[in-house]
This record gives sequence, structure tokens and C-alpha cells, in this order.
Amino acid sequence: MAKSNALMQLKADATALRLAGLTLPPGATWAQEARQQALGRVTAMGLPHRRDEYWRYTDPATLTVAEAAEAAVLVADESPVFGDIDALQIVFVDGVFDAEASDDLTMTGLEVDRLATATTKDIHWAKDLYGVLEARGQSPVERTLAAFNTAFATDGVVIRATAKVAKPVRLLYLHADPTSDVVLHHVIRVEPGADLTVLEGGPAAARLSKVMEVDVADGGAFHHVRSQGRDHERRAHTHTFARLGAESTFKFFTLTVNGRLTRNECVIELTGNDAIAHVAGACVGDGKDFVHDDTVFITHDAERCESRQVFKKVLRNGATGVFQGKILVKAGAQKTDGYQISQSLLLDDDSQFLAKPELEIYADDVACSHGSTSGAIDDTALFYLRSRGVPAKAATDLLTLAFLAEALEEIEDDRLAEDLRDRLEAWMARRS
Amino acid sequence: MLEIKGLEVKLEEEDKQILKGVDLKVGAGEVHAIMGPNGSGKSTLSYVLSGRGGYEVTGGSATLDGIDLLDMEPEERAASGLFLAFQYPVEIPGVGNMTFLRTAVNAQRKARGEDEMSAADFLKLVRSKAKDLKIDADMLKRPVNVGFSGGEKKRNEILQMAMLEPKMCILDETDSGLDVDAMRLVSDGVNALRSPDRGFLVITHYQRLLDHIKPDVVHIMAAGRIIKTGGPELALEVENNGYAGILEEVA
Ligand SMILES: Nc1ncnc2c1ncn2[C@@H]1O[C@H](COP(=O)(O)OP(=O)(O)OP(=O)(O)O)[C@@H](O)[C@H]1O
Ligand SMILES: [Mg+2]
Repeated sequence: MAKSNALMQLKADATALRLAGLTLPPGATWAQEARQQALGRVTAMGLPHRRDEYWRYTDPATLTVAEAAEAAVLVADESPVFGDIDALQIVFVDGVFDAEASDDLTMTGLEVDRLATATTKDIHWAKDLYGVLEARGQSPVERTLAAFNTAFATDGVVIRATAKVAKPVRLLYLHADPTSDVVLHHVIRVEPGADLTVLEGGPAAARLSKVMEVDVADGGAFHHVRSQGRDHERRAHTHTFARLGAESTFKFFTLTVNGRLTRNECVIELTGNDAIAHVAGACVGDGKDFVHDDTVFITHDAERCESRQVFKKVLRNGATGVFQGKILVKAGAQKTDGYQISQSLLLDDDSQFLAKPELEIYADDVACSHGSTSGAIDDTALFYLRSRGVPAKAATDLLTLAFLAEALEEIEDDRLAEDLRDRLEAWMARRS
Repeated sequence: MLEIKGLEVKLEEEDKQILKGVDLKVGAGEVHAIMGPNGSGKSTLSYVLSGRGGYEVTGGSATLDGIDLLDMEPEERAASGLFLAFQYPVEIPGVGNMTFLRTAVNAQRKARGEDEMSAADFLKLVRSKAKDLKIDADMLKRPVNVGFSGGEKKRNEILQMAMLEPKMCILDETDSGLDVDAMRLVSDGVNALRSPDRGFLVITHYQRLLDHIKPDVVHIMAAGRIIKTGGPELALEVENNGYAGILEEVA
């Protein structure tokens, strides 16, 4: 779609203003080049504006302004998410790697480096990926915030899995400073036949920009489960760019509770035959300031691949949920199996769910389906539960959990699903 | 036990009177049956007693052991000992049958100020009750009523009743959709619960159920009123001659 000159000018001005006074972080030549190119993309595309096609439902203004709004630090009354899972833990406090709190970064079948270290090395495998998948993901839809991230990120991890890794890597993002404005960038490479699970948890910052580039080689498997911290005022925009080789697997689940603004973009390219990509999310939003946005773009560019999107949102007290999900099947991507469902449970009339499901298909032998629904609690089911003695609130909670259960079922590892389910149950029970 | 006096009920959204002065008294230890033509208001009566929304009580009263039922939330009525076996049991995707039963049992105990049942005790109890009703482990694990056959749903209602041990049980057409063997299972389940301090109100269209669950009193409901009350022979009369004679008689 051609953009109006006025909007282009508006964006160019805002972008120039935002970039004024910012300098790219230092690093090895390849890192400098990658950042320079990313900066070029930012300038060329301009930071997002409310009038951009994929920002109509979510106003990006608070994500693009120079100064991040303050966000109170939630004093958690519970152990960190996935804390009971034996994992290699990597801790970031307000976006800065915390060596003391982190485990020793060595494990069989795994190479882990801090981004800050990797980008100073003259030769590093990450140079073939850093900003590369992000750049590929800029077309046909611009994701300028991700390019901005590539340009300015100083911390993160680069992980290379060369075998089936015995235990997951857990990224824990602590939030300590109410004004922290954080840019994290991770690069992950799963080598042929390797298998890696990455867990993420925590709010990270008052405002978080996070990009994860994941390259899964032929026959590799990548599992990713995250929970995005409960801090009520935090803002986050995250991008996951994945490229999948033949017979590879990519499974990603996100739980979001609270936060003022969350925009999770997921861009997946199925480039090898018989690859599988599953993306799912469950979200619980409360209050008129709450906005949660899942924007997913899956490109089928090989035969017999399967993609699956399952997103569920529970919204109350005027909360807003957004889902923009696209399946693009390129010519030649025969026998594609694409599925997409987005559903919201609106617990009151003030809450809203805005959905934009899209299918674009250029192959003739494919099976793709998508659906989107919005509904309230089923009165009949509610009465049935109450008639058995379950109080109204407990019955509503039970039905709410039941609604989210279908998304949680997308998590393959029962221990992880159980951990998230228990937390959801406890969080719901605590609300009045 | 259950005392209904001049109960008048209309639809909340519509100007439609459904119950037009129902009088009914079920004493402790008694089994009463209600029969009546389709649309006469039998289910409506059971819903209003258990507190379903959408109805407006425009007159009369209903009490359980002297306590006003109509003033309570549905869950409070349940905790006070009222139970309704639904004519159309509700499917609840995503909620396991076992979770549902445990949540219900413990919610009622909590409301009555009793301790929750331990997981082990609960499991033991539910297994033995389920066995009596030939409900297998798979049905206990599955989501509430989802994919259950008509007869399985009805048996599941009786399982809930057996677990909750209510004082006053209302069964709304629990016999419909049951095969001969299931009818026996359900009747045995009900008969096992019969006791001097428990009352039953059994809504049915057929004598068949009443062969198994012998009622003390039979009421005929028509157009929102109890028009005739008698002994078990009244059900036989309906079975043999239909409602025409009775309706004419009281017209
Ligand atoms: N929510 C409602 N909306 C509209 N009409 C209703 C509603 N509830 C009950 N009615 C009407 O009230 C009347 C009584 O219905 P009810 O279900 O109580 O009858 P019933 O005696 O149980 O019938 P059956 O033997 O067929 O089960 C019917 O005419 C029915 O259509
Ligand atoms: Mg009925």
C-alpha cells in the first residue's frame, strides 16, 4: 500500500528526532557493519506510527519516544517462573548481564556467549545471523523497532546448540530500576539435529525492546516457553525472527499477565521441506490501560510444512487485546498445512478484542484454516457450576482457566505447562 | 423439608407467566413425582428453585427447612442441601470431571464451615461411587459431560448427587435417554440415597422410572399449576390414559 507523503514526512521527522544524539555502540568490524546497516533500515523505514497498517490497533507512541515512562517494580510474592526446572540460568538485571547470579556458561552441546563479548570478537559465528534474520523479516511488513534494536543492542546472549542439550537455558530478566529502558538482542543457532529449549521469564525493565533471532538448521528442534513479568506498568515490544530448515521444529509459547503494553511479533520462515512451526500464547489483561498485541507472520516457502497459531486472551475491566496473524503460502509450497485460531474471553462489555487474521496463498494444494472468536463466560456453564455449590468467582476462574487451557496444551513439556497453570490459578484466586 | 407456596414466576425478559401459583410440600424421607404435559413448567420450577437467572418471581415463596431459598445465590442453595439433576446436563470443555467434582464437594464443605476432603479420601470415595454407576476412569478424566452420550450424562448427574449428598434432590427427567440397564443403575443410585432425612422430587414423563423409584406422592402439573395430587396410582392412570381425562376433570 502506498503511504501518503504526509505520513512519510511525519515519520521521517520523528525518526530523525529520536536518533539525534544516539551513537552506535562500538564493536568488531562485522558488528559495526551490522549495526550501521540496521540504522540504515531504521532511517529508510522510519519508526512506526499509529497510521501504519499494522499499528492501527496498538499505538506505538510510548515505544518510540526517547524517554521510557516509569514503571513501578513489582515486589514479587512468589518464586521466579520455571525456578524449579533444572536449567542453565542466565540473569539480566535491567538488561545487563549479571555474571554473579548466572550459572557458569558451559554445558555439553552448547556454546554460550554474551552478546557484549561476541560483538568485540573479530571472528564469531554470530556474525552470519546478527541482524540477518531481522533484515529478512522486514519485508513485506516493516518492523522498524526490531531494526532499531539491532542497531543499539549492547547485551543479550548468543547461543549455539550442537547436540541435544541436556537441560534448558533459562533467561531470567529482573527489573530493579523503575526507569530502566532496555534493549536486548539474542542470537540462537540450532545446528543440524540439535535440540534446545530456552525458557524466559521476568519483566526485564520499565521498557523492554527484545529481539531474538533463531536459525534452526535441518532436523533441529527449538522449544521456547516464556512468561512476561507481571509488573503492571511495564512496556515491552519483542520480536522473534525464526528461519526453519528441512524437518526442523520450532515451538514457542508465551504467557502474558499484566504489563501496560505488550507487543509480541513473531516472524517465521519455513524454508526447508517438512518443517513444523507452532506459536501459541495465553494472555490475561486487566484494566483500560492494558494493551496486548500478538502480531504473527508465517511464511511457507517449502513443501509439506505445518504451521499452527493458537492465541487466547482473557480481557477484563476495559482491557484491549490485539491479534494480527498472517499465513503466507508462497508458490510451490505445496501440501502446506496452516492453522490459526485466535480467541478472546471478554469478562465485561468494556473490554475489546481486535483481530486481523490473514491468509495469502499462492500454491494450489494446501490446507489452511483460520478462525477468530470473541465471547463472554458461558452463562449456562456458570450456573451449572454454581448449582453444584461453586461460588460465582471461583466458577468464573475455573471457566477462565478452562478457556486458556487449550493454549497451554500447546506446551509440550508438562512440567512447564503445570508451572504456568499453577501460577495462573494463584493469580486469579488472589484477585477480588 | 421443601415447601413451595403460591409460587408465581414469569420470564424476566418477556411478559410471559410460566408458573401461576404452585403449591407443593415434600417432607423429609418422602419421594414425590411430578408429571405433566410438555411445556407445563416442570423444568422452570426446578430452575427457579435452584436459582437460575432469567426468571422473575412475582409471588409466593419457597423454603428448605424453613429457610428462604429464593433469597439465596445458587451456590448457597447448593450448600444448604438443594441439588438439581439437570434435564440437559451442561458440557464444560476444559474442566475435568474430577476437578469439577472435587471443587464442588470442597466448596460446599467450606461454605458449611467444614474441612476440605483430603485428596486421598476424595479419590477413594469418587472411585467407589463411580463404580456403582458404571462410570469408568476415562469418563472421570474427561472434561465435564463433553462427548458423553445422553445416558452417560445422566449417570454423571447421579454421581454428582451421590458425592454431594444433598438433603433435597430434584431430578428433572433423569430417566429420559436411558437404556433399560442404565435406568436400573440410576434408580439404584437414587434408592441408595433414600433416607429418612432426605427428600426427592422426581420429574418424569414415564411410569417406568417410578417402578424402580417408588414415589409416595404423585403431582400433575399443567399450565403452571399443580392440578392434581394423589398416590402412585395417579402415575399409572397417566401412563394408561394420558392427561386428557385429568385435564378435563379439573377444568
Ligand atoms: N428462557 C425461556 N425463554 C422462553 N420461554 C421459556 C423459557 N423458559 C421456559 N419457557 C417456556 O415456559 C414453558 C415451560 O417450560 P418448561 O421447560 O418449564 O416446561 P416442562 O414442563 O419442563 O416441559 P418438558 O416436559 O418438555 O420438559 C414453555 O412454554 C417454555 O417454552
Ligand atoms: Mg422440562
